[in-house]
Parts: sequence; C-alpha cells; structure tokens
Amino acid sequence: MSSIPSSAERSPAAAPEPVLSVRHLRVEFPTRHGTLVALDDVSFAIAPGEVLGVVGESGAGKSMTGNAVIQLLEPPGRIADGEIHLQGRRIDNLAEDDFVPLRGRHIGMIFQDPLTSLNPLFSIGDQLIETLRTHLPLSEKQARERALALLSEVGIPAPETRLDSYPHQFSGGMRQRVVIALALAAEPELIIADEPTTALDVSVQAQILALLKRLCAERGTAVMLVTHDMGVIAETADRVAVMYAGRLIEIGPVNAVIRAPQHPYTEGLMASIPAVEHDLERLYQIEGAMPRLAAIPPGCPFHPRCPHAQARCERERPDLMPAGQGQAACWLHDPDDPLPRRAGSEKARPRRENAHER
Amino acid sequence: MSRDVQAREAGGVATRPPGRLRTFLASDIVHSWKQQPVVIVATLVTLTLFAGALFAPWIAPQNPFDPGQLQLIDAFTPPLTTSEFSGRFYLLGSDSQGRDVFSAILYGSRISLLVGFAAVLFALVLGTALGLSAGFRGGWRDALIMRIADVQLTFPSILMALLIFGVIRGFLPRSMHAEVAIIVLIVAIGLSDWVQYARAVRGATMVEKNKEYVQAARVIGLPAGKILFQHILPNVLRPVLVIGTIGLALAIIAEATLSFLGVGMPPTQPSLGTLIRVGQDYMFSGEWWILLFPGVALLMLALSVNLLGDWLRDVLNPKLR
Amino acid sequence: MLAFLIQRVLQAIFVMFVVALIAFSLFHYVGDPVLNMLGQEATEADRAELRARLGLDQPVVVQFYNFIVNAAQFEFGISYRSARPVTDLISERLPATLELATISALFAVIMGIVLGIYTALHRDSWLSRFIMTASLIGVSLPTFLIGVLLIYLFAVELGWLPAFGRGEVVDLGWWNTGLLTRSGLASLILPAITLGLFQLTLIMRLVRAEMLEVLSTDYIKFARARGLPRRAVHLRHALKNTLIPVITIIGLQLGTIIAFAIITETVFQWPGVGALFITAVRFVDIPVMAAYLMMIALVFVVINLVVDLLYYAVDPRLRVQGGGK
Repeated sequence: MSSIPSSAERSPAAAPEPVLSVRHLRVEFPTRHGTLVALDDVSFAIAPGEVLGVVGESGAGKSMTGNAVIQLLEPPGRIADGEIHLQGRRIDNLAEDDFVPLRGRHIGMIFQDPLTSLNPLFSIGDQLIETLRTHLPLSEKQARERALALLSEVGIPAPETRLDSYPHQFSGGMRQRVVIALALAAEPELIIADEPTTALDVSVQAQILALLKRLCAERGTAVMLVTHDMGVIAETADRVAVMYAGRLIEIGPVNAVIRAPQHPYTEGLMASIPAVEHDLERLYQIEGAMPRLAAIPPGCPFHPRCPHAQARCERERPDLMPAGQGQAACWLHDPDDPLPRRAGSEKARPRRENAHER
Repeated sequence: MSRDVQAREAGGVATRPPGRLRTFLASDIVHSWKQQPVVIVATLVTLTLFAGALFAPWIAPQNPFDPGQLQLIDAFTPPLTTSEFSGRFYLLGSDSQGRDVFSAILYGSRISLLVGFAAVLFALVLGTALGLSAGFRGGWRDALIMRIADVQLTFPSILMALLIFGVIRGFLPRSMHAEVAIIVLIVAIGLSDWVQYARAVRGATMVEKNKEYVQAARVIGLPAGKILFQHILPNVLRPVLVIGTIGLALAIIAEATLSFLGVGMPPTQPSLGTLIRVGQDYMFSGEWWILLFPGVALLMLALSVNLLGDWLRDVLNPKLR
Repeated sequence: MLAFLIQRVLQAIFVMFVVALIAFSLFHYVGDPVLNMLGQEATEADRAELRARLGLDQPVVVQFYNFIVNAAQFEFGISYRSARPVTDLISERLPATLELATISALFAVIMGIVLGIYTALHRDSWLSRFIMTASLIGVSLPTFLIGVLLIYLFAVELGWLPAFGRGEVVDLGWWNTGLLTRSGLASLILPAITLGLFQLTLIMRLVRAEMLEVLSTDYIKFARARGLPRRAVHLRHALKNTLIPVITIIGLQLGTIIAFAIITETVFQWPGVGALFITAVRFVDIPVMAAYLMMIALVFVVINLVVDLLYYAVDPRLRVQGGGK
C-alpha cells in the first residue's frame, strides 16, 4: 500500500476519499506463446475534480489502464491481480452484468477518434437520448430536452437543427464535442479520456481540451486524461503519471514533474519535447526503444536505456518511492541507499528549466 | 489470430534452413498442415479417393462398363454379400444390371475427377490468358473482357453451365450427344468458371505491371511477350492456384449436379452424379446401397477437396476471401 | 439520388439487352426452328410459309427488334417439344417455383441471421462450434445430394414427409397454391430446406463475420462505455451495422435461390419452371430455354436494383448527402 500517494502533500482541500483508487493492478494477456504482462503493479488514485494526466509512449499501457478501469479490455486480456475502487467500492471483481450500470453513470469514457466513436447509422439525437434514458428516469420528451441542453453546453451551434443529423454531417471537432456530451450525459464522477484530441486538427485541440476541462470542473468530475502529448498534460492536468513498459514509473504534480522530473525516463521524455524558444538541433532523444511486452527485462524495465543504470537496476525492480514532490520508481531515490547519478547524463537537462514556462 | 500469423511469419523468415526440401518442410504451409487434424484427415481422404480413381482398373473387381463382365443374375445383391449364383463377393452390393457398386464408384469417381480437373484447367488457362491480356494491355480489351465477366457474374455458374451445355448440344447432331458428353461437360463447366481467374489475374497483373522491375524491363526494351511470361505470369500464379484448388471442388460438384439432372454423363458412362441419379430410383424399393454409397463417395470427395482448398487459400493468401 | 438511380437502371437495361441478344442468337443460330417445328416430312412450300409467318425471312436486325418487342410482352413462341405457347407453360408452373423459392428464402434469411448472430455473440460456446462445423459441411455438399439424403432419411426411412410432388394444390384461378392444404405444406418442407440450406450457411457465415467485425469497432466500444445494456449494444447498434453489407449478399442470394430451384425441383419432381428448363435443355427446346433465360435475367436485374435502392434507404451516409463515398 505504500505506493498509494499520500494525499496530504498534494491536495490541501483534503478529499478524504478518492473517486478512483487503483492498487497493484496487473493485466495479463494469455496467448499461445505464453502470458504477456501488459500492466504490472500499477497504483494511483484520483481525487474528486482532479485531472490526472497519464503519459507514455504507445504501448506503455496508458490506454490499457483506462480500459481496465472501465472493464473494456480486449479479450483475452484480463485483470490478473490488484484492486480497483470507485468511491470506496471495489469494482474490479464485478461481473459484467453488474458492471454495465456503472459505465456512463459513474465512469464515462471518451475515445481517441471521434470519427469512429459514433455509430454512423443513428442520428446523434438517437444516441444521446438512448444514453440518457438508459441511466436516468426520463421520458422521451424530457430526454430530448436534456439532449438539446447538453449539445448547446458542449458548444454545438443551433442544437435543435442538429439533433437529428447523422455523425457524418459533423466535422471532427464537432463530433468530439458530441462524444463529450455523450460521455457526460449521465454526469459520471469519473471521465476516462483516452487521447481525446490526438485525432483532431491542432487548431481544434485546445478548444476541445478547454471545453472538457471546464465541463468537468463545473461538475466536479474527476478526469483520467490519457495522452502521449506532454503539452496537453501541461495545460490540462493537475497531476501526471508517467508509464513505461506497463509500469507506472513516476507520479507527481504536473509542474513539479515538468520542472524537475525524478525518473531518468521522464527526464529524457521532458528533454525530447520541442519548445519554440529552443533550436531544434539539440532536441534530445532517448537511446533505444521501449521493450516489447514479451521482452521486458528483469529489474528496472528502463535500465538498458538508462544513463545511470548499475548492476542493481538489472536485478532488482524499484517500487515507487518518494522523490521530489511526488514519487518515482527508481533506485536513484532509494531512501536507504540512493544510487549516484552518473556524469554525462546532464545532456538531457539544460533546457528543462524552461519547459514549464510555455 | 492475426497475431499468431504474424508471429509465425516472422519466425518462418528468421529460421529458414537452406535446401529445397528442408525449406518446404519448415515452411508455413507444412507447419499449418501439421497443426490441423481436420486438414490432415482431408488430405488422406483426398489422396485415397484420387488413388482409387487413378488405379481403378487394377483395384476394381470388375469393369462396370464392360457388359461382358456383368452378371445380370447377380442384380440387387446387398452389400457384404457373396452372390449365391455366381459366387462373387459384392463389397458394396450390386445394382439392377448386376454391376458391382464398388467398381462403379471407382470408375465413376475417375470420370468425376477427370471432368473436374479438365474443366478447372480449361477455365484456368482461359481465365488467366484473358486476365493477363486485360490487365497488361488495358484499353478496349480490358473493357470488353470485364463487361462480359460482369454480365456472366450476374448469373450463378451452374446456370451458366447448364445454358452453355444446352447451346453446345443444340449445335451437335443428336446422335453424337452421348459420345461427346464428357467434352461438352468440360467445356460447359470451364466456360462457366473462367471469370474468377480472369479477375484475379487482371488485378495482380495491373499491380505487377506498375512495379519497378517491370518498368525497368520495359525501359531496356524487352519484348512485351517476354515480360509477360518471364516476369508477370510467375507472380500471378499464386492466386490462380488458390482459386483453382477451390474451383476443383466446385467443378466436381457442378459435374455431379449436371449429371444428376440428366444433362451430363450418360448412364452408359456414369460419373458419381449419374450413379446417384440412377440410384434414386431404387431408394424406395429398399435397394438403398445403390444410392447411398455413391452419395457418400461424392460427399467425402467434395468435402475433403473443399476443406483442402479452404485451408490452402488461408495459408497462401489470407486476403482472398 | 436521381443520377444514382439512372445509372443503375441503365446498367440493368444493358444486362437485359445482352441477355436478349444471347437468347435471340439461340433462336437464330442453334438448330433450325422451322425444321424443329415442322419435322423432316414437311414440304418446301410449308417451310417457306412458316418461315414467312415467323418473320424468319426478314433481315436479322428486324428479327431481333421483333424478338425484343415480343419478349417485352412475354411472348416467346411455341415450345418445340410440347407444341404449346411457352408463356402458358411458364405461367402455369411459375406459382410452384415462386412459392418454393419464397419459403426457402425466408427460411434461409431468418435462420441465417439468427444463427449468424448467435455464433458471433457466443463465439466459444460448443453450440457455436457445432453450428460452424456443420455449416462447413453444408457449404461443401451439392444441393441435389442434400435433397436425396433428406428424402432417404425423412421420406423413405422415417416416412414422415412426402418424397416428391407438390401435394394437394388449391386453384385460385390466377394462381395455384400448395400453402393452403396440409399435404401441400408437408410437401414443401423438404424441398424448401434443401433449397435454402446452402444460402442459409452462406448468410450465417456472412452475418457472423460481419457481426464480429462490427463488434470490434470503436462505436460499439463507445456504446458499451456509455453503459448501454448488452441487448441494446448487440441488437440495436451492432445488428443494424451488420445487416447493411449483408443486405447486398442476401439479395443476390435470393436470385441464386431461383436458379438453384432447377436442381431442387428435379430432385423432388416439383412441378415448377426449373424442371421445365431442365427438360428444355435435355431436348434442346430453344423457345423455353430462351424464355427461361430472359425471365431469370429479369429476376436478377430487378433484385440487383432493389438491393441497391434498399442499401440507399438504410444507410444515412448515402441518403443524406446524395452519394457520399
């Protein structure tokens, strides 16, 4: 349990009970060639109204975490170990039929591609009304009014005229607004947004993020924002969790993590973000590539690429331990026996100071 | 599923040993074959039936088409019975002429397979030639061939075969019908089935045509015929062979169907379809074996060839549905 | 919408034209109709007279024109074999074929869709595996063999159902039906199953494959993420999307059912147009062949057209913006 972040230091308002609490989550994919461990010992919590950003390369397990929370893992994936609690209630062991009422009502989800998230054969009004009436005791007429209100709330102009339109008649940005309306329709306490802006034009991304953030703030909805884009995290999230090879390797307040990353991988990640005020020639690159799930090395999964790696990193796997203002899974922060940093790794550091000032 | 395929492909490429036989034995095809018991059984059944048809004159107790060898007195002998008249043993019984059903099946599947193979070959050569021409030359040839193909595709091929069969017979004097039945049948089934080959070959040709090596061959001035046969043909053969394998099962079924309908092989030269047609008459009078055994033989043949064709298609060309 | 419709109709007309040309060529080049109709003993004068009466002395183009005009009025001349008007032969046998085809089409479509959905939703259940294996056999077997085996089992061995014929038929004047009598309905069961079985397996496999694909789409995942109950996700969202591509194939398969009725009618001695056509092929009865060909072509062309329009009506992407991708 030590890896559950102690809430005292990050949230002065002190919400005693987090909306979502994930403990030692392990997700496995049994295949003919052996069992792949897609998520290993992932623990974090999200407080009411908080936005937790989850970053990592593709394949790091960030989307998988979201899917596991809402129990929409692609078969044969399954939760093999750990617990997930929603508002104090354990939900990872619920049967599918018992879980269905939670989706949409308590946990909403937004997917990456608004172009494919909406059923092309049903008008958006149909899909909204259907969702509303599934969760709330509304008549057809009341549901229709709620749907109209929702559409105008997410910024669809002239909703009465668009309610009976089909998804293909909307632009990508408008569709994602509809998707947000659908996800928020029954006012869930938690929204999992899986790369909500990745498929959109850059010009629309900021609008959608601002909309999502505003609506969730108004409702006090907690958000788990999954993305590979540190810029999105910097702008939207309160805290950030960094994933690597199916493990959570660092978690902490956004500004702190950006300004002073504690895990060498996060350091490299921050250094590799292009910033306008720096020349692109010096853009940093982490050597090597993230290991495939079938070939995660023993010890710290990052050690083959880590500039500070030592013998211990190849043998022993570090758990999350206090580091800076958050926690990092790295022996550099071992309270009993911190590993020394190596010289030469400083190459990743010079422009870090500016990263948060964008 | 696709993950497995990818993994297998990746493994196959990395660990391919030298030598032709060893290459073959280590290939995906053999690997996939070993994995599927159904396919193994289908292969064995197919080989057995093929061998039975091929060596019919040596295996069969009698030549069922030689009236001199038939014992009319043995008519309607039940299966697994030794006739009390001639002392002959009838494994699968005998029919109204005293013909041994087992022998008739062996000789009948000989004809079924002959027509099947010949029709597929005919369709394959015709379709490939037209497809190559349409794809390589383009222009009006392409337009014409593909329009004909479209119109023909509108109708089921069995209907096409029936029609072609009827038309060819219309041109021939009635006395010749029985003699040339087998050739008419081959042509009719072949003509009804060329479209698939033509389409696949045309598509593949158009892809190959625009590849760099063909462009290069053109630039250095190789004649079109040489490019076509040395470079393009080998590359379009794979889909053709896949279609051909499935086509064999279809052709066997088409032949059996036509013969059953009484417009295929005559009773003097029966294929499996003809045997079933004849046997149907005795179904009600209790001589079930005359119908049932040829029926089971056709069932096994069609099913196992079809299974093999499906399997081969999946292994060779996952994209072809 | 209009451009689409016109294009489809033109295509249909083109196919009909080609088929008419083939049918006409049959008349014109296969055998000698005069010889066929009058026999060897007729005098030269008789022949010339019949030739003129049939319009065979006119230029080919005029004859083709006459053929099309007649065909448009369902006029195909006299059967060589039975010396009766082809139109009469066909119209008295058409109800039998249409009833058989309709019932087996309903059987194939309903069972095919239901089993397809079941096997897609319960992919790993033993019943699904059994159905899929059985369907493989169903696809591989020739129709006539299925028919013969069904007769042997249910008519000969068990004696439950009639083996051949149409049973007792009620004549409604313009139509004769077997659907109103017990023996008529009993006689329909085996032929309808025989005729529908192949299409059933085809439709089932198609629905299953399509459904599995739809179930893996983002919008189904999003529908689940919104908390819609399983029934709504499967039977409202997934099914509608599954059926759109399936409509096309089902439509085309219905045409095939009418063509395959030839085989079933022969097996069960069903008095329909398919059996008529087989007899015509066997005896090279050109007028009947030509008429049947034109009729089947018309059925196929009409079905194709209806399928296109249906597609258009069901898919809003095509409907609303007139075309789409």
